Amino acid sequence: MEAELKGLMNDLEALKRAIPNRSHQDSIAKMQRRAEQLVDLANSAPSRRCKVKDMSAEVVDSNPYSRLMALQRMGIVENYERIREFSVAIVGIGGVGSVAAEMLTRCGIGRLLLYDYDTVGMTKTDAAVQTLADINPDVVLESYTMNITTVEGFETFMASLTNKNFSTSKSGSGVDLVLSCVDNYEARMVVNQACNELNQTWMESGVSEDAVSGHIQLLVPGETACFACAPPLVRVDERTLKREGVCAASLPTTMGYNALKDYFPTMEMKPNPQCSNSACLERQMEAEASSLAQCPVHEDNEWNISVVADSNVESTAVHGSSGALPAGLVHELPRADEFTSSPVTEEASTSVEDLEELRRQLEALNAD
Amino acid sequence: MEGWDPNTKSTLTKIPLLTTKAGPRDGAAWTQRLKEEYKSLIAYTGMNKSNDNDWFRISAANPEGTRWTGKCWYVHNLLKYEFDLQFDIPVTYPATAPELELPELDGKTHKMYRGGKICLTVHFKPLWAKNCPRFGIAHALCLGLAPWLAAEVPILVDSGMIKHKDDTAAATASSLQF
Repeated sequence: MEAELKGLMNDLEALKRAIPNRSHQDSIAKMQRRAEQLVDLANSAPSRRCKVKDMSAEVVDSNPYSRLMALQRMGIVENYERIREFSVAIVGIGGVGSVAAEMLTRCGIGRLLLYDYDTVGMTKTDAAVQTLADINPDVVLESYTMNITTVEGFETFMASLTNKNFSTSKSGSGVDLVLSCVDNYEARMVVNQACNELNQTWMESGVSEDAVSGHIQLLVPGETACFACAPPLVRVDERTLKREGVCAASLPTTMGYNALKDYFPTMEMKPNPQCSNSACLERQMEAEASSLAQCPVHEDNEWNISVVADSNVESTAVHGSSGALPAGLVHELPRADEFTSSPVTEEASTSVEDLEELRRQLEALNAD
Repeated sequence: MEGWDPNTKSTLTKIPLLTTKAGPRDGAAWTQRLKEEYKSLIAYTGMNKSNDNDWFRISAANPEGTRWTGKCWYVHNLLKYEFDLQFDIPVTYPATAPELELPELDGKTHKMYRGGKICLTVHFKPLWAKNCPRFGIAHALCLGLAPWLAAEVPILVDSGMIKHKDDTAAATASSLQF
């Protein structure tokens, strides 16, 4: 473009000299001024900046990190540059995921892993990588276009979360945080499964259908309720709630953020000892064992002194014994009816050949 | 099950229930579950045929039985409308139901998620959750797909979003004459 514009300027200059007629000189001069403006525009067009080796606090227009590094001087963080060692996996690159990805990118996060199977003319994850790389070329971006709920997708998901190439020194999985920014129950259950198996801390998010409410949940396997411990709650249709003196709309107790009322309650949920997810139960056992090991040991405790968390959040056991929910709330999905696995019958012990036989039987039925 | 028609109810009671709670990552237990899935599908298909209510074909598309493909059809105004049917068994199965897909109808109705996954949220998901792990693929077809087709195909046809295959052929033939 630069060379083309230079050529245009030269041609105009040559034309000016070649045409002695003064009446054309003004219009040629006008064209020259326009061409000069184009050159200025071209020079000021945004270009991708170079990668930054070390984050600096120096306040110069060429340093993108000066404001973030100022957080250190203000005592907000001790060592801001450590953010470059962190990896965050974002599942679902939609309304929530793409914004989370952009904010982390602008903060200079070390590495982002992006998962989505949807397309927007191109794959959502590739589109995000393009945009994010323009915003901050320092971030390592990985694009995974796949459906994590399928067997194949889940294997890739697990392998990518456990890949430790980025930071070999880390223990645990290969990422520091997983953000679930998906729009359906199935995908949330899959993220829950993966994080329970990997003992990976994650955050669940959701926006209500009317887009003015939402929730955020921090899940630490074994220590807080997992997504299967606490099945989603929904508010029952307000018209069906006709109790005198109770306005259903004033019952957002466990529903999370309400933007219209700017009401953001928080609560802590303990894991459910009867959780249906076996990986969750394993993590609960480990957490219990490690908390016992960490307890300060005293010979005696004459006055029954105990350490209480300095926090104002309510602590709630998840539908443990009573199962009672506040008025106006119901479980989105019912719990499974009592089911006791029947004793293993003879057919259970027979071999895989039966499977082939059954497949043939179904195909025979399908054939006519 | 309130609100379901008596035919669906009586059919449902005859589809064999499953007992093994296992997903595709559970090895031998999944093989056992797969056998139960086959038995229940065989019984349901046979029942439909003998009741003159044959309305789908479904087969495992891989040896692991995690991907299924086939056809389903619905008769509206004496015309048969047939669609490709496909779905994957999710890794969290049977805690979560399979997401049944009719890819040809993708983008033609609001009662669908991306990729042609039919909306099962209200009429089927609560039943599935309540009956886990006893419901399987056959139950998902009977209580999830069949009512969806019955509700949506007439609307799709009447609004002109889908055309009968003979209709399209006739239109092409008539246009050739001119």
